[in-house]
Amino acid sequence: MAATAEQINELPVLTEAHRESAPHPVTGYKGFEIGSFKFQRDEYFARIQCPTATHVMDVENFLRSMVRDVAWGFFYGWVNFDEVFGTVNNYGSVDVFMGAYNQGYKDSGTDFTERFETEVLLACFKSLLSDWTNACFNPFAAPLETGSARGPKNGSNDEAVNFQRELADRFVSLPGDSPVRSDENGRSVNRQFADVDQSEPEVHAEPGFEGQLAGFSLFRYLSRSPVTWNPSIVSVVRSSAYCPTSEEHILPVDHGNDRVEWFIQMSDEITWRVADKNTAAPMSVVTMKAGDVSCMPADIRHRGYSPKRSMLLVWENLTPGLEIRYAKGELPPVPASF
Amino acid sequence: MSVTTVFGSIDNYDKGGVEITGNEEARDYLFSNMFEVAGNAAPWERIVIAKNLENTIECIRAEGDSPWYICSHDETALLMQGKMEAHFIKPADSGLAPAEDKEGSVRLSGRPEGQVMGHVKASRGHMVLLPAGAAYQFRAGELGVILLQTLLGDESIQKWAEICQH
Repeated sequence: MAATAEQINELPVLTEAHRESAPHPVTGYKGFEIGSFKFQRDEYFARIQCPTATHVMDVENFLRSMVRDVAWGFFYGWVNFDEVFGTVNNYGSVDVFMGAYNQGYKDSGTDFTERFETEVLLACFKSLLSDWTNACFNPFAAPLETGSARGPKNGSNDEAVNFQRELADRFVSLPGDSPVRSDENGRSVNRQFADVDQSEPEVHAEPGFEGQLAGFSLFRYLSRSPVTWNPSIVSVVRSSAYCPTSEEHILPVDHGNDRVEWFIQMSDEITWRVADKNTAAPMSVVTMKAGDVSCMPADIRHRGYSPKRSMLLVWENLTPGLEIRYAKGELPPVPASF
Repeated sequence: MSVTTVFGSIDNYDKGGVEITGNEEARDYLFSNMFEVAGNAAPWERIVIAKNLENTIECIRAEGDSPWYICSHDETALLMQGKMEAHFIKPADSGLAPAEDKEGSVRLSGRPEGQVMGHVKASRGHMVLLPAGAAYQFRAGELGVILLQTLLGDESIQKWAEICQH
């Protein structure tokens, strides 16, 4: 019997470490178990099992979703790998669910959720990523920039899997803060941004004020992003964080908002498919071109499609506890009305 | 294959939009275009195009010299079109700086007395820190568009019905 919403809120937090099987004699991949969830992969697919259901995903899509879930620290709210499987961040614990936000599973009572201590789940997902990602596959790269994850086990790519996001505390380029990107620190210009101006602003600080004034080229910075759909943080003004990112092909997850976020399309174009956060029912299609601005309300899920590598400014509010205020209805899902 | 990265400007932008497929309204997305907003604005007006509780992103049509401003917290300016200089002064009168709990920037009556801190020359795509407590002025030799990362304050103008799809 599937848990109700009230029961989900009271789920126990599981703290037991995950289990790993010996490598499969044919494919070479390990199986992983945590709580009641089992994860196995073959040459094409990831297979997820829980007490109420079995789910199958293309292994490349699964790895692209999981690497971001891990890199983002389970992000804000829901990370739907697809319309069935995903995670919800409770900030200290994480729910892993099957069909819990899909009307069909809910109606049939086959949805299932378990709650894990964050670090325990993170260790499981990291180990799985390391084992299931072959040497020729980079799950952060656009499909045209990487080989395939398919086939039997063929080495590993821990350097790609463990890519660390760059997070400025105050402002990129300030002394001691996150640096600008350059050839020297291994950030070369991406093939799809070869035409982007590489000049930096001129900072003329008078004696005594060195290090207090700052400027950098955000477009140059983004043109040198080695990954897709993986925001950095470049500036923080109190709780306001600029999280720009370069996007190409498809956002591998449907991000379900637990708070309002905003998108500012700085170059090129992204189309967003928006659906109901709880049921996955389609709600809208938002097409954003250079200069367009749109909010993503706190009660939706969204997935982006970027035909050419584009520059997107994701704008977040870092205020702790916002997710609770939205969940309780203290804050409206749309941040302004007219 | 050669690539062309598409940026916009007041004179050359192509606007997308919201298509509703479920039970909601386009207005829920507060969808606008910064170049359209700036194209219809007076120079140096600060029009809120994104708001998240007290935090805002404000769109500015940059043309000529701006008034001088000061703010109790950091702000940032992202230049989306044109060229500009941002000039900074540390006011001699410490009372000129707003109280720490004052959100958003405050317009000054003119150039404040104080120590020149320096300036930053920026062009499209460049981002400039406007440090807390420093008086600043933008100087735009050509028509530009600035996105200001700030908090809702005295200078913020909200006119969602005019700028958003609905």
